[in-house]
Amino acid sequence: MRLKNLCFLALPLLITGCASTSGTWGWYVINPNTPSGLANIKFLLNGFGATITLSIIAALLSMTIGMFVALPSISQNRWVRLPSRIYVEVIRAIPLLPMLFWVFYGLPVIFKSMGLNISIDPFWGAIITLAISDSAFTAEIYRSGIQSVSKGQTEAAKTVGLNYTQTMRYVILPQAIRRILPPLANQFIYIVKMSAFASVIGMQELTRRANELVVTEYRPLEIYSLLILEYLVLVLIISFGVRWLERKMDADESK
Amino acid sequence: MPSEQHAIEITNLNKWFDDFHALKDINLTINQGERVVVCGPSGSGKSTLIRCINDLETHQSGKITLTDTQTNIGMVFQQFNLFPHLTVMQNLTLGPMKALGMSKADAEARAMKFLERVRIPEQADKKPRHLSGGQQQRVAIARSLCMSPEVLLFDEPTSALDPEMIAEVLDVMTDLAGDGMTMIVVTHEMGFARKVADRMVFMDAGEIIETGSPKEFFSKPKSKRCKLFLEQILQH
Repeated sequence: MRLKNLCFLALPLLITGCASTSGTWGWYVINPNTPSGLANIKFLLNGFGATITLSIIAALLSMTIGMFVALPSISQNRWVRLPSRIYVEVIRAIPLLPMLFWVFYGLPVIFKSMGLNISIDPFWGAIITLAISDSAFTAEIYRSGIQSVSKGQTEAAKTVGLNYTQTMRYVILPQAIRRILPPLANQFIYIVKMSAFASVIGMQELTRRANELVVTEYRPLEIYSLLILEYLVLVLIISFGVRWLERKMDADESK
Repeated sequence: MPSEQHAIEITNLNKWFDDFHALKDINLTINQGERVVVCGPSGSGKSTLIRCINDLETHQSGKITLTDTQTNIGMVFQQFNLFPHLTVMQNLTLGPMKALGMSKADAEARAMKFLERVRIPEQADKKPRHLSGGQQQRVAIARSLCMSPEVLLFDEPTSALDPEMIAEVLDVMTDLAGDGMTMIVVTHEMGFARKVADRMVFMDAGEIIETGSPKEFFSKPKSKRCKLFLEQILQH
């Protein structure tokens, strides 16, 4: 709460107080009272759509891939677990930026050598790379959530005649989901922030737009300040949602 | 009285946990309707034995034969293992509805019958965590009964309970024994054993050291180890 109050106090101060001084700050570049400033602000804010769409689709994909990676990873059989283990270790070890470069610039070369003329669309390239990169983490969130349900629960389910699928569906997953949802929502914040990297392959989201404006206006301080503020607002809204979710889960728990 | 019909036959059963030989050449036959109490020092393999019977543990050699292949084996755990996200009623109806394919109404009627049997019908709509340990264990017993088991296994059912709650659980178990249910009970409650058991089984270090009727078992144990064990636990 205090952090948000601070932002609301600081924003008008920065805009009004600093607008008149020459040199360091030049808020005219995003002054909504001038037509060019207003146009600049609109240009920057228009990135929200792409950032949000990118993050949501990537998160949903990541949650789906993560499920397919996590399910074998809880098997009793080590050979069934092994591919999941390798996937998580490898994907988790690759930083997002090199992975984006590899997919966007490297992969088409492979396609070309195979006689396929496929170029990677920045939007889908970014989404798929983000999703794969993030899926190693969601898989681990699922796995630890499922494994945190005690072994006694599986045994009890077996003694009342439930098979594996029924045990998962009626006993294990309902208990695991309470432990999975909060860290999963938290992971979504991470995706939103990581989506900024999509700017380097030409995806016109928040960061890319800021970069483009800086090149034409030469006002990095003001434009990047606004950019940070944009992410701050977005992430605070999601944080608020995560807190709400956690409170709701606690309330359900104590029923 | 137990019949001569065998319910479970265990022959030359061996079980290892990696290098640890947990069960050594176990031979034990349990008749239908028989009440067997298994005792012995901790780590002697008692729990492992009954967990092998209902397939919660695998064994490496030997055979466990259930005379009737359809034999339904219920189990009551030391830690209750109730499903915490479900109400008492849902705990009892889950198995019958999903595994036996009963309708909700039938499963609930059956559940209510057994909740009355363990004397807590008024707790049906509560979550397990709002019940005392003794009540939770009675719910666990009712949950097993809802599956109409032919054999009921108890794995130290009173060991996790506060002393004042032990009696209420033992009363329910005594009550069940009177109905002719085949029971294998791992417990240190020797008063209960004396009253209910048809046969005592004493285990130590993965072996069955001796078996016998409660009368001869408590008055003149044959082996030294058994005598020592009884002295230790009956001293207080």
